[in-house]
Amino acid sequence: MSRIQTKFEQLKVEGKAALVPYVTAGDSHPGLTVPLMHAMVKAGADAIELGVPFSDPMADGPTIQLACERALEHNVSLDDVFGMVKEFRQTDDDTPVILMGYLNPLEAMGYDKFAEEAKASGVDGMLTVDLPPEEAEDLLTPLNNQGIDAIFLLSPTTRQHRIERIVAAGSGYLYYVSLKGVTGSNALDVDDVQKHVSNIKQYTDIPVGVGFGIKDAVTAAAVSKVSDAVVVGSVLVKMIEDNAGDDTTIINNISGLLGDMRQAMDNTL
Amino acid sequence: MLNPELDLNTVDWNAMPNEAGHFGIYGGRFAAETLMEAIEELGDAYAKLKDDPVLLATIDRDLAFYVGRPSPLYHAERWSRELGGAQIYLKREDLNHTGAHKINNTIGQVLLAKHMGKTRIIAETGAGQHGVATATICARLGLECIVYMGAVDIIRQAPNVFRMKLLGAEVRPVESGSKTLKDALNEAMRDWVTNVDNTFYCIGTVAGPDPYPKMVRDFQAVIGREAKQQCIDQTGRLPDAVMACVGGGSNAIGLFHEFLGDTSVEIYGVEAAGRGLNTLEHAAPLCQGKPGVLHGNRMYLMADANGQITETHSISAGLDYPGVGPEHCWLKDIGRANYVGVTDDEAMAGFHALTRIEGIIPALESSHALAYAMKKAPEMSTDKTIIVCLSGRGDKDLNTVADLEGITL
Ligand SMILES: Cc1ncc(COP(=O)(O)O)c(C=O)c1O
Repeated sequence: MSRIQTKFEQLKVEGKAALVPYVTAGDSHPGLTVPLMHAMVKAGADAIELGVPFSDPMADGPTIQLACERALEHNVSLDDVFGMVKEFRQTDDDTPVILMGYLNPLEAMGYDKFAEEAKASGVDGMLTVDLPPEEAEDLLTPLNNQGIDAIFLLSPTTRQHRIERIVAAGSGYLYYVSLKGVTGSNALDVDDVQKHVSNIKQYTDIPVGVGFGIKDAVTAAAVSKVSDAVVVGSVLVKMIEDNAGDDTTIINNISGLLGDMRQAMDNTL
Repeated sequence: MLNPELDLNTVDWNAMPNEAGHFGIYGGRFAAETLMEAIEELGDAYAKLKDDPVLLATIDRDLAFYVGRPSPLYHAERWSRELGGAQIYLKREDLNHTGAHKINNTIGQVLLAKHMGKTRIIAETGAGQHGVATATICARLGLECIVYMGAVDIIRQAPNVFRMKLLGAEVRPVESGSKTLKDALNEAMRDWVTNVDNTFYCIGTVAGPDPYPKMVRDFQAVIGREAKQQCIDQTGRLPDAVMACVGGGSNAIGLFHEFLGDTSVEIYGVEAAGRGLNTLEHAAPLCQGKPGVLHGNRMYLMADANGQITETHSISAGLDYPGVGPEHCWLKDIGRANYVGVTDDEAMAGFHALTRIEGIIPALESSHALAYAMKKAPEMSTDKTIIVCLSGRGDKDLNTVADLEGITL
């Protein structure tokens, strides 16, 4: 059983939703990423989405775009990201790590090599933002061969015929984007999220996570009631931006917020 | 990369792209799920309306009475004589209303938007010509218009920024990345994702997720249809070669498409070689890049070994783009079209030549195609014919040219 599946089954038994933080690999400098990953796990994270920096992150707002720019100032490449996951795995063999990024760096490496190296370094899933299932076949084959889950997005505008197609192609978990917009946008309507998530669940047993627009413990708790995983990104990345150069503060602030979210999520049981 | 099994005489050029929007391995719909519904909606609407007699009649009427089509095919006799080779004919898209080919496309797309009930039009622009052409149609149809433009381009194309504002458009400066056309495209995509319900994204070239490459091609194909008929009327036969500059590739595909099946006609797309193809400062993905994925489609791209998109350079903002439309990528691979590079300096020579010898001030983008004609014509005999797409006029570039020559206006 994959790390992702194991984790979700375990949480299901405990009656909990997963807390999944996102940070961009190599932001604000490559040395911060692995210690930050460990700190996030300690603060209550169940899985980690690690952003692969890209020069043109079209589906992201200014916060994550700037994170990509900071990481790219250090020339952080896919190989470097694999190195970070490998280092993380030296002391953590349970927490799923999902890479999130855009297709072109994978194309440059070659899909087969990407899947092999991802597996070898301990990556569990790949969320390729600009790769809908229509175009995904060539990447899905090597990912499936290596046992790496392909995570797909669903959005408020996704209609039934596409939901069916996406749940058929995806594995591990599905990622419901809670609003029309880019990452870092405001305002999330929990009732609306619940409606969409339960609609998606008619078509699949794969766990459904929710992300985009979750910035505080109250929202995290509310979303955890209607989904299987709460993904938190821009608000954490903003903490890196605001304290770049001060790793201790970054780790403390991010751990603090994740701890609050964990507590609020678990208290709503 | 010639495909030995493909007989160019038997290809059905109008059957491309396929159902999935693919031209060979290029094109497609590589977009975030948040945009897929909007892309499908657009694809369906275009499929339904593209042969709609009422819409087509409206477009034709606007092209005739508002844009001033057909644009002339002009025999540059004096210039041809000086070069001493093939006869050069200019397809005068510079004489269109708003001064470039871009308006052929914006009329089509914005009328389509209106049919779809969209009230808010967004666009990206590099040289500002597409922004102006979009703002113009929006003014005429009374639609809200927002144009994204890189901060660098806002400086080098200041007259067009002012024109857009006069026309009632909001010009939003883009400060991210290289602050040029590609970043304006990123920002427009972000806007579209956020405002999908009421917003139509009017892309200015033959790139982006399907259906844009085919839709923009269809709207620009009027260039080649007219040019072919005009050439036959004036010379009694087909041209021997056609040439156009290639940024994203819309004026080029517009001219080329009608000639694809006439395999006696040689096709040349001219990319911006900037400071030289052997430097890193150019914008010539077909000459120097390799296939990759950006802005919703697979195409030749300028990227580093890690797949990061690299910054491009061209003297002309409209060619300063790291990708190129998927149909061109496919035409290159199957060997139907040739793609070549022209440097900043060569383009400037073309700019001055046409201005001084024919009394026509061309856009810096178009000057790349002119410069290639200057190279090619002398190699051909005087009974041969070349058609060059004069995609736009140079008024917008006067500041840039003055700067280069150290003159303050
Ligand atoms: C006059 C002119 N020609 C050419 C171009 C390049 O675009 P495309 O390659 O799509 O024709 C532009 C773009 O702004 C332009 O303004």
